[in-house]
Amino acid sequence: MLSFLVSFVPRAVTQGIPLLFGCTGEIITEKSGNLNLGIPGVMYVGGICGVIGSFFYERSLGGAAINPVLGILVPLLCCLLGSLIMGLVYCFLTVSLRANQNVTGLALTTFGVGFGNFFGGSLVKLSGADVPSIALSSTSKLFRAQLPFASSLGGFGAVFLSYGFLAYVAILIAVGASYVLNHTRVGLQLRAVGENPATADAAGINITRYKYVTTCVGCMIAGLGGLYYVMDYANGVWSNDAFGDRGWLAIALVIFTIWRPALSIPASILFGGLYILNLYIPIGKDLAVKELYKMLPYVVTIVVLVFSSLRNKRENQPPESLGLPYFRENR
Amino acid sequence: MAKQQPAVSLRGISKSFGRVQANNNVDLDIYRGEILALLGENGSGKTTLMNMLSGIYFPDSGHIEIDGKPVSIGSPKDAFNHGIGMIHQHFKLVNVFTATENILLGLNQKGKFDLVAAAQKVKDICDAYGFNVDPNQKVYDMSVSQKQTVEIVKLLYRGAEILILDEPTAVLTPQETDKLFAVLRNMRDDGKAIIIITHKLAEVKDISDRVVVLRKGEYVGEMTTAEATPQQMTNMMVGRQVSLNIERPEPEMKYRMERIRVKNVTVKSREGITKLDDVSFSIYTGEILGIAGISGSGQKELLEAIAGLQPVESGSIEYNVDDHQVEELIGMDPLKIAEMGVVLSFVPEDRLGMGLVGSMDLTDNMMLRSFRKGLSPLTDRREPRHLAELVVDELEVSTPSVTTPVSKLSGGNVQKVLVGREIAAAPTVLLSAYAVRGLDVNSSYIIYDLLNRQKGNGVAVVYVGEDLDVLLELCDRILVMCEGKVSGIVDGRTTTKNEVGLLMTKLGGGEA
Repeated sequence: MLSFLVSFVPRAVTQGIPLLFGCTGEIITEKSGNLNLGIPGVMYVGGICGVIGSFFYERSLGGAAINPVLGILVPLLCCLLGSLIMGLVYCFLTVSLRANQNVTGLALTTFGVGFGNFFGGSLVKLSGADVPSIALSSTSKLFRAQLPFASSLGGFGAVFLSYGFLAYVAILIAVGASYVLNHTRVGLQLRAVGENPATADAAGINITRYKYVTTCVGCMIAGLGGLYYVMDYANGVWSNDAFGDRGWLAIALVIFTIWRPALSIPASILFGGLYILNLYIPIGKDLAVKELYKMLPYVVTIVVLVFSSLRNKRENQPPESLGLPYFRENR
Repeated sequence: MAKQQPAVSLRGISKSFGRVQANNNVDLDIYRGEILALLGENGSGKTTLMNMLSGIYFPDSGHIEIDGKPVSIGSPKDAFNHGIGMIHQHFKLVNVFTATENILLGLNQKGKFDLVAAAQKVKDICDAYGFNVDPNQKVYDMSVSQKQTVEIVKLLYRGAEILILDEPTAVLTPQETDKLFAVLRNMRDDGKAIIIITHKLAEVKDISDRVVVLRKGEYVGEMTTAEATPQQMTNMMVGRQVSLNIERPEPEMKYRMERIRVKNVTVKSREGITKLDDVSFSIYTGEILGIAGISGSGQKELLEAIAGLQPVESGSIEYNVDDHQVEELIGMDPLKIAEMGVVLSFVPEDRLGMGLVGSMDLTDNMMLRSFRKGLSPLTDRREPRHLAELVVDELEVSTPSVTTPVSKLSGGNVQKVLVGREIAAAPTVLLSAYAVRGLDVNSSYIIYDLLNRQKGNGVAVVYVGEDLDVLLELCDRILVMCEGKVSGIVDGRTTTKNEVGLLMTKLGGGEA
């Protein structure tokens, strides 16, 4: 049993970290009243931008040893920039132009996936590889670096210390977001914007600024999820469509965690575990059963939705004006 | 008082929205230590004017002076900085926040964010003014009057010196209103300047020191309250002589018949609380039956039970089609009940909640009643449009056109559209609840007139009202409810306010 956990938990965690990034990003976005369904696209863009950056950086080296600082900073900044642009586009359309948030978000998702696949394909062509993927092994090594003594600590090391730095960043961000939302003045005002913008406005809070900043920061956090997936989970190998539906899972997680970033840490690891559970349960050769297991995270989300709406506690409901545009002189 | 320096002076303020001129060249002075009533019909620009003072809107022209110094108020924050605070008609509170969190919202004080200390300060203010608010209670758990108190405390916490209240009593019971007024007098004696927007003349007389009247966005005059009569105020507001007497024609006895007989009806809520307890009475054609009672005494459930919208535990509701044919309404489909001519025009607390769809225009809202008519799969829009035009004409609905979404209309006009549509269905029974809630004097009289016309046509009219004075003047009989029971049925012509009031609280109740 213990050995099973030691092998299962680390895989569940690495599977869960991209979800955690996406989920935290989406929670703070939704707290400002913006329902950003573009998160799957943003995570794609975050991933491919990091890949593009590190691809050209690795090529420019031409065989020389990689500079560890640049090797991490280049893909990181590219990823953040790409996701920031996605966030700005979303905000400009929904906050400044008051376009429908669902439509805008879905368009961004479609765009993001296409953007990722287009540039992924282009890079494959450029690299001249014979398999349809790009391997960025030296960059990946930097992202996957762990504490030197971790492997000597046995099960403890494997479960808690065997991850690249981005995994810890994800957890720090989630904890930080939870603190800011619940214990600071900025958090209070941000929640007010998402709950009742007219009230926040009358209280002298700048709605537009809050919405822009949180949505863009949320997108940048979510984009890191894409970067983590490529550089750490997938060992630096980008292949088109490999990221799959993890973005949607992250949005499901937001509901599952009833908009609480602190809760999203265990929840995303649980989802990560459910996502790969089929690999650990002997199911024979029947692939259809495997597909049934893959449904698990979604089934759990639906069950949670049913229960949280049954209990009908006001704190567990989505922000009241989620998805609605705000215009001061509207009635 | 005129020699004193005004706390606020508005000079030549104008504001228009599109082609609608909301305010035109308004001058207004507000002094410390007085309560100023701002009076005007629906849509006369009272709220718009005050919104410019509180930073929601910015005036197109004119300027504002505070303590003699010209200022520019571009946002609610600027208004706070000048000590101006406004309590809006629709409360600006976040439901999932506690009272303290709501009060702190938008305050960027230096130092640590300390909810405990803030809650203590809130409590101190409450104690000082005698408010009954728990600083840590969530807003969604509060009653309307508690929410209003939070709004007032919010302003006091920020040290507001000039308070604006937009129709603060519209949602309060008489007792809560008295309490609010006591607080306002307290604050006035504290040297604060208070502006109250209302169109209830009795309240103007009761609370204010001075009245300023607006009409169609313009300043028409002001009076010292002590010297003003309700008749004068009304004339000034409407701009012509208005009769303040509600007509009550004698019911036509020759058509009189028992239309609906309610027998021993009991209704329980989903939580199992008894809402109606063994209620029995009759509704006759050609009369207006008033229903009085403290709000929440079962009025809503009673009307819904008759309209088939509320499951009934026991009892029967009989509908006399004519002398020979009797139908049982309980268990019948609401649609069928409506087809028989029993219509419900219910004006809930938020006016758009039931009956109208805010984002649809007038014509489409008219269609909500008639879309099932005809066999064609296509809808007939001509008739509803005609009806919409008729309602706009007859009830003086002020709207740019019949294709305007109803949510863009002011509250009173929305109500006229709703009542107008229900009456147009040529009902045999008209159930109306709070039909004049939030309406100004003139519009209210139009509604009373409509109800009387229906009565003259032999319709059985039920009028659930809040204002006892109106019930006593308008209704032929008044049924008084108390905690889900009928505590008495009295003759509207002979009863007194005192008798009905006692029945409402059950003290003089005939039964129980």
